[in-house]
Amino acid sequence: MLGWVDTLLQGVLLGGLYSLYATGLSVIFGIMRLVNLAHGDLIVLAAFLTLALAALGMPIVIALAIVVPLMFAGGYALQSVMLNRVLGRNILPPLLITFGLSIIIQNGLLETFSADTRFLNVGPLQGASLPLGGGIAIGVMPLICLVAAVAVILLLNAVFYRTGVGRAFRATSDDVEIARLMGINDKSIYALTMGIALAVCAVAGFFLGARANFDPSIGPARLLYAFEAVIIGGLGSLWGTLAGGIVVGLAQTIGAHVDPEWQILSGHVAFLIVLVIRPRGLFPRAVD
Amino acid sequence: MAVLETRELTACYGDFQALFGITFALDEGETVAIIGANGAGKSTFLKAITGLLPRQAAAVRLDGRDIGTLPAFEIVKLGVSLVPEGRRLFSSLSVEENLLVGAYGRRIDGPWSLATVYQLFPMLRDRRHAPSTALSGGQQQMVAIGRSLMSNPRILLCDELSLGLAPIVIRDIYAALADIKTRGTSVVLVEQDLVHAMSVADRAYCFMEGRVSLSGRPQDLTRDAIHAAYFGL
Amino acid sequence: MRIGGLTPAGHGTARALGSRFAVTRATRASTIVVLLAVPAIALLIALPAFASRVLLQELFYVFTMLALAQLWNLLAGCAGLISVGQQAFVGMGAYALFAFAVIAGLDPVLSIALSGAVAGVVAIPAALIVFRLRGAYFAIGTWVVAEVCRLILAQVKQLGGGTGTSLPPEVASSMVGLDFVRNLFAVRGPAARDILSYWLALILAVGTFMLVYRLLRSRHGLALSAIGDSEAAAESAGVDVFRTKLFIYAVTAVATGMVGALIFFQKARISPDAAFSLIDWTAYVIFIVVIGGIGTMEGPIIGVVIFYLLQYYLSALGSWYLILLGGLAIILMLFAPAGVWGLISRFYEVSLFPVRRRLIVPGSGGADEKEGKS
Repeated sequence: MLGWVDTLLQGVLLGGLYSLYATGLSVIFGIMRLVNLAHGDLIVLAAFLTLALAALGMPIVIALAIVVPLMFAGGYALQSVMLNRVLGRNILPPLLITFGLSIIIQNGLLETFSADTRFLNVGPLQGASLPLGGGIAIGVMPLICLVAAVAVILLLNAVFYRTGVGRAFRATSDDVEIARLMGINDKSIYALTMGIALAVCAVAGFFLGARANFDPSIGPARLLYAFEAVIIGGLGSLWGTLAGGIVVGLAQTIGAHVDPEWQILSGHVAFLIVLVIRPRGLFPRAVD
Repeated sequence: MAVLETRELTACYGDFQALFGITFALDEGETVAIIGANGAGKSTFLKAITGLLPRQAAAVRLDGRDIGTLPAFEIVKLGVSLVPEGRRLFSSLSVEENLLVGAYGRRIDGPWSLATVYQLFPMLRDRRHAPSTALSGGQQQMVAIGRSLMSNPRILLCDELSLGLAPIVIRDIYAALADIKTRGTSVVLVEQDLVHAMSVADRAYCFMEGRVSLSGRPQDLTRDAIHAAYFGL
Repeated sequence: MRIGGLTPAGHGTARALGSRFAVTRATRASTIVVLLAVPAIALLIALPAFASRVLLQELFYVFTMLALAQLWNLLAGCAGLISVGQQAFVGMGAYALFAFAVIAGLDPVLSIALSGAVAGVVAIPAALIVFRLRGAYFAIGTWVVAEVCRLILAQVKQLGGGTGTSLPPEVASSMVGLDFVRNLFAVRGPAARDILSYWLALILAVGTFMLVYRLLRSRHGLALSAIGDSEAAAESAGVDVFRTKLFIYAVTAVATGMVGALIFFQKARISPDAAFSLIDWTAYVIFIVVIGGIGTMEGPIIGVVIFYLLQYYLSALGSWYLILLGGLAIILMLFAPAGVWGLISRFYEVSLFPVRRRLIVPGSGGADEKEGKS
C-alpha cells in the first residue's frame, strides 16, 4: 500500500518536470502552429550551459539567472533569422530545420562535453528529502520543480490574459491576418514566443540536471514526453499541459513500479490510449 | 489634395488577377462608396490598400506618400483602418479585449477610446466581458467597427458592413456611421446594399470584374447607368 | 506533386480524344531514359561476375537507401503524410525475418515478403491511432509508435532482448539460392550471401520504383495529389481521404518492412537500437529525399548519389559529419527547398519520369504543347 502511495507521489512530482518540458512546446504550438523538433535538445543544451557557467565558479542559481535570458535571446534569434522565413502552410521546412538543429545540438554537445553523464550540483538541496510522515518522503528538488512548473504557468497566463502584449499574442494566434490590421507585427510576436519557450526550456533544463543525470543524447526522449503531455492535456490550455505532464509521469512511475524496464513504454502506451479514447485530449480549449 | 489615392493599382491572388489598374481618390472628410457585384474586386481593393495583398510600390499613396511597400501593421499606424468583411473578431478574446487590441496600433491623438466607443454602441458595454463569438451578427459588427475606431484612424475602410444583417440592425450601424463621419473621419464604404451606400456617400465608384466601370456623385448617376456599370449589360 | 487537370487518359502514350486533342505522358527525355534503363539494369544484374565484394556491398547500401527514400517520398512528398517514424517498419520487418528464422526456421529469402506483410499488419492499427493527429503532431506520433515497437521488441528474450541476436548459422548457410550463387561464381558462403543480397536489393530498388511510379500514375496517385494539396477539397471532390491515406500508409509499410528485412538479413545481426534507429532509417532517408528533390521521381535517385558521396568521403568525421548534414538540411530548407532536381528543372523543363499528363494541341507542332499547371 505504502509503495503505491509513494509511486503516485513520485508520479505527480515527475509530472511537474514533464510539465516544464511541455509548457514551451505548448506555447509555440498554440501561437504559431509550429512544432520544434529540437525542443528536447534545447532543454539539454540549457542544462549544459548552466553546468558550464557553474563550473566557472559562480553559484548555480546565478548561472540559471544568466542562462534564462540567454536562451530567450537565442530563441528570439532562431525565430527571426530562420523559422520566420519558412512559416506557412507547408509544415516540412520548419520541421526539417528544427530536425537539423536537433542533430547539430546533440552532436555539438557531444563534441564539446563528451558523452559522459553529468548532473547539476545544487548544494545541500542535492538529494534532500522531506518526510511526510508514515514512512513516506518526497525529494525537495522534485517538489521545488513542481512548484516551479505551476509558477511558470501562472506567470505565462498572467502575461497572456492580463497584459496588452498578451492580448496581441492571443489575437495573432486567432487570426494573424486581422492581427496585422491591428498594428501587430506577427513576426515579432513569433520571435517573442520562441524566446519565451526557450526561456522556459532553460528552467526545465535546470531541473532536469538537478533531479537526474544528463548527457547529450537524451534530448529526443524529452521531446517525446513533452509532446505526449501536450496532446494528453489538450491543445490550447497550459493547465491542461500540466495535467498531461502528470498523467505521463504517473503512467511512467506506475509502469516502473510493476517492472522497471517498463517505465518509458508505459508512458507511451498511456499516450496512445488517450489518443484513441479522447483524441482532443483531456482539457482541450483551442479550436484548431 | 486627395488624402488617399491609388494609381493603376493591380492585384493578384497567385496566378489570378483580381484588379486591372484601379485609379481612385479620397479627399479629406469625404465618404466614398464602392459598389459592384460579388467578385468585382471591391474587397480585394481594400486589402491591397491596407497591405494584406502584395502591390506595387507607387500604386497607393497616403497624403502624397507612397505606402505600397509598407507591411499591414505599419499602415494602420498611419491612420488607415479596415473593418474587414465578415467581422472577423478574435474568437478567443472577449468584446472588451477585441476593442483593446484595436488600440495596439493607435495614433496618439484622437477622439476614440473605450468610453467613447461604448457611447457609440451602448449595448456593447453590457456585454463587454462576453466572448466575442457569443454576440449576434449585428453586435459583432459593432465590435468590429469599434475595434477599428480604437486606433483613431483618419481613414476608415468598411467592407460589407451590412452583409447578413437584418434591416433594422443595418439602420443602427449606419446611424453610428453618421456619428463617425461628424468627427471628420474619411470613409470608404464597400457595399452591396446600394440604397444605404448611395444615401451616405459623397461620391461613388462602381467596380466590375476588377475595373472601375463608373464613378461620380450619387445624384449625378442615373439608375440605368448604375445598372449597366454594375452588371455590365 | 501536381498532375495536370484533365480527365484521366489511359496508361501509356498518346490517345486521341475525338479527333482534336491528344493526351500524353511521355516526353522526349523520358523516352531516352526508358531506352537506357534496360541495358543499365542488365549491366547491374551481371555485375557480380566482375565486381569486387566491397563494390557489391556499397551498391547494396545505395539500393536499399534508394528504396527507403522512394517510399518516404511517396508518403511525404506526394501524400503529405510526413512521417518521422518509418524506422518502425524497418525494424518490424527486420525482426519478423529474424523471428521467422530463429523461431520457425524459415528460409530468410522466402520470408522477406512475409516480413513485409508483418510490417503491414502492424501499420494498420498504428495508422488508426496516429491518423487522429495532424501535421507536425502526426510526425511525432509516428515516432512514438516506432519507440513503442522498439521498447516492446527489446523485451523479447527469444530475439536477444536489448542486446539483440544473430542469424542462426544453419539458417544463414542453407538459404534458397545460395548454392546456385556459390556454384555460379565459385565463391564461399559469406561472399555468396553478399551477391544474393545484392540481387535482392536490386530487385527491391527497381520494384519499389515501379510500385511508386505505377501508383502515382494511377487514380490513387491523383487522389494522393489532391489530398496533399487540401484534404477538405479532396473529400468534397469524392476522394475517400481516410481509405486512400490508410492504403498508402499500409503499402509503404509493407515495402519498407521488406527492405528492412533485407537490410538486416545482409547484416546477419540485429538489435533494437540498430533496427529502429531514427538516424539511419529516417534522418538519412529524409536528407536523401530533400536534397534530391521532394515530391519528384528523380529526386531520390539524385539524392542517394549525393548522400553516398558525402557518406563515403566525410563520415569519418564522426559528429562533425552529422553536424554538417544537419546544417546542409537547414540551408536547403531556407534557400533551395525543392532540392537539386528542383533547381535543375527550374532551368530546364525536363521530366525523366513523367507523371503529369500533357495536352497536345494538334496542328501546332511541338512548340505549342501546353503543360498541365504545376
